[in-house]
Amino acid sequence: MAIIVYALTALLSAAATALGVAGMLGARWALGIDWLVPLGGLMLEMDPLAGLFVALVGALAVPASLYAIGYTGRERRGCLAYAAFVAAMLVVPVAANVMTFALAWEIMSLASYVLVLDGARAGRESNASTHAAWVYAVVTHAGLACLLAGMLLLMAWTGSARFADWQAAAPALGTGARSLVWALLALGFGAKAGGVPLHVWLPLAHPAAPSHVSALMSGVMIKLGVYGLLRASFVWLASAQSGWGVALLLVGALSAVVGVLYAVVDRDLKRLLAFSSIENVGIVLVGTGAAVVFAASALPGLALLALAAALYHAVNHAAFKGLLFMAAGGVLHGTGTRDMESLGGLIKRQPWTAACFLVGAVAIAGLPPLNGFVSEWLTFQALLQNDLLHWPAMNLVFALAIAGLALAAGLAVAVFVKAFGITFLALPRSAAAAGAHEAPATMRAAMLITAVGCAALALGASWIVPTVGAVGATLVPAPPPVTLGEWLTLEVSGDFATLSAPAVALALASGVLLPIVLLFLARARPRARRYETWSCGRLLQTARMEYTATAFADPFTRVFDFFYRPARRLDVDLHPESRFFVRRIRYENPTRFIVDEWLYRPLGRVLRAAARHAAVVQSGSPNLYLAYVLVALLLLLLVA
Amino acid sequence: MTNAVLLAVLQAVVVGLGAPLLVGTLRTLKARLVGCRGPAPWQPFFDLRKLLGKTPVVSDTTSWIFLVTPYVLVSAMLVAALAAPVLTSRPPLAFAGIILLMSLFLLGTFFLALAGLDAGSAFGGMGSSREVAIAALAEPTVIVAVFALALRANTTNLGAIVERLSVEPLLAVNAGHLLAFVAFFIVMLAETGRLPVDNPATHLELTMIHEAMVLEYSARHLALVEWASAMKLFLFLTLLANLFFPWGIPAQAAPTALLLGLLAVAGKLAVLVVALATLETVVAKLRLFRVPELLAGSFALGVISVSAVVLLR
Repeated sequence: MAIIVYALTALLSAAATALGVAGMLGARWALGIDWLVPLGGLMLEMDPLAGLFVALVGALAVPASLYAIGYTGRERRGCLAYAAFVAAMLVVPVAANVMTFALAWEIMSLASYVLVLDGARAGRESNASTHAAWVYAVVTHAGLACLLAGMLLLMAWTGSARFADWQAAAPALGTGARSLVWALLALGFGAKAGGVPLHVWLPLAHPAAPSHVSALMSGVMIKLGVYGLLRASFVWLASAQSGWGVALLLVGALSAVVGVLYAVVDRDLKRLLAFSSIENVGIVLVGTGAAVVFAASALPGLALLALAAALYHAVNHAAFKGLLFMAAGGVLHGTGTRDMESLGGLIKRQPWTAACFLVGAVAIAGLPPLNGFVSEWLTFQALLQNDLLHWPAMNLVFALAIAGLALAAGLAVAVFVKAFGITFLALPRSAAAAGAHEAPATMRAAMLITAVGCAALALGASWIVPTVGAVGATLVPAPPPVTLGEWLTLEVSGDFATLSAPAVALALASGVLLPIVLLFLARARPRARRYETWSCGRLLQTARMEYTATAFADPFTRVFDFFYRPARRLDVDLHPESRFFVRRIRYENPTRFIVDEWLYRPLGRVLRAAARHAAVVQSGSPNLYLAYVLVALLLLLLVA
Repeated sequence: MTNAVLLAVLQAVVVGLGAPLLVGTLRTLKARLVGCRGPAPWQPFFDLRKLLGKTPVVSDTTSWIFLVTPYVLVSAMLVAALAAPVLTSRPPLAFAGIILLMSLFLLGTFFLALAGLDAGSAFGGMGSSREVAIAALAEPTVIVAVFALALRANTTNLGAIVERLSVEPLLAVNAGHLLAFVAFFIVMLAETGRLPVDNPATHLELTMIHEAMVLEYSARHLALVEWASAMKLFLFLTLLANLFFPWGIPAQAAPTALLLGLLAVAGKLAVLVVALATLETVVAKLRLFRVPELLAGSFALGVISVSAVVLLR
């Protein structure tokens, strides 16, 4: 039964991808069913931006559904919620009025909540995971409240629940009113996108969900937050304000740095990937923010460039983060653990999973020749042209964002050296890792498809960037920021920067072959002798001599001590007879999350205190409640 | 077309053969500066030939990552060699920008760090961890120095930077430009593992970074890794020479112009090598956890350089 549901979801997603691609290339359509839901009926409208995101959701949901068949085995639980989750995500971008949007958005949130809770129950640390689902529910509904508040305000001021009417009516509103609505919408969409400081749910919920769901949540669900931000900033609220852009730039840079800093010290493979999603959303938000600032400063060409970079990175991140979560799921499936300290040596037991994870790791670390490099490169090229603004204070904001992105890009390399190296290389650190088995065929196929997708997104950059540029041009009308030169070279803003991704890939491939050929011609290829690892004459090599994930991250915990504020604890248990014999050493340095401690704990305390005081009115006596009703009625009559 | 191919081959040969020579010269100079005779500058060629003839010993803990890494590393450096403006301001991969070049170096670091972890010894892990930490912390300086150059030349394309800066007057006495140069010089020290960040001559367990990472390599694999490291140093110094002091680099690939370009590059590299040898002789290695302070300092220099351009326009 579950197999049928997953197969149908894959088919639905494939069809939706085709529709989305058609929409992206300009096929617009609208669909209205008035009687289906109250308050305006069901309304769907396809335009290029919606098409891009529908195609994105669909294209990742196909391999994810295929993956789910192998990953869940005969487990039935969760398959319907999964189908609802995918369907709702496909509807969100094409929703054309408040009711349709709110319904799709809420089904998406609820279905993923159910899936997180499900994954939580299947996992071993059920307590921690139930907490994850609870935090997810709270943040996602606080976000929904902000979204609805913003949308209802806009509805009241423009007199229409149709999104298409807002664009026409918005310019008539005052700047203050528009900024208020934008702030509310940005809070709601930002919470879904996982921008710092609204990211707290993400590292809890994403690892707890089953891996195909994690892939979709990190790959595409958070991108729908970005979609909403783009709609709100460029369409619904018409001409963007540079203040909005500054907010996005700063939040984006902060998210990139904070996300990657937590990722580098984490030892849970899936949580590490979740933190890295915060980083990548940060990169997308920086691109979006730059686009808003440039658009508000009458530089549409640059705005379109930044927007295309952001969209392209969003697409790329969906591909490689989906791939990485699926491969991490393969590890979890094969070993039963996500803790990197008890993994290792999996490249020999799970060669396919390892190879796919490596492709994802190279891509996400922003290394040539894969897709992460091309989109990060494009983002930098947009940011580096900020001197055209001629606005020193704004140039400073951009310089901060550039430095933040550069630090994040450098640290991302460290994160994925650690993630791949500790998990897949050297000797297994536990019996579970030593007895790991390779993922079943459907999971392998899903991972391979996504890995090929990553390569295609890089090699096809010369077509994809102009295409997403055309999608962006529906938001910011401007001539294409990127032109194609000979050898498929992307030319950014004339000759400000050029890159030919296929040529780099080709050069790297021939560069690998050249030394092989030269060595062959020189006949300098004596057969390698196999021997044990050298290590200062010790007797045997065990996994205990390997560097651990925690040790690998140690330079970072020291350098960024002020940020992690680790609570170090060292217990040395000495032998009672002689203090020269140590029986046991226990060392802990758990990272503390300053956003949680400084923002949410006090907020939680305030809320709890407020609730305690408010509880006074709730006496339990029906007579008193009737009196409340009477007083409320009288007050209403007085006001009216 | 044939000219382009010839230029590509010539440039690859210049970098490929020039790199070991540069490293050898550096070693000779350092030896002379401390009063030793030292090996001849061409000693690295003999070392490489000896390594190529030996039987590699490969740990049985390792996987294919370990075997593939030397080739990926050499490939990344060769592509970088074709992308950098070495002999002419129009390198064979004319589209290449400075961000691509830095990313190619990072690609090498990524695979080398994985290979360090692959053998499962604590040394390799230690080296990898430290190497990626330094590379990560150097990245903001790299990009800020790129920004400083891009602001001045209005491009991030390597060839175009050289061409536009070479016509700018008073470049050598421009304080902002020199600050960016110093920032990039410090990045070079960190990324190529020179003193005071890493001691290329050490094999003391607790202080080595790069050497710890490649400890398991032997024979032809070691030869490839050493060759790639030499090319990385050569390319970093060439970038310092040609991007910040872009004089004497021809735009056309005519034979006489190429010869002049080669002489100009060799002259500038000689100056930089003397400077590097002197620096390495007079400074001591920094403690590992003081390196971030050095890199933060170079970042600050880069930021000052950028603000100088933005504010003094």
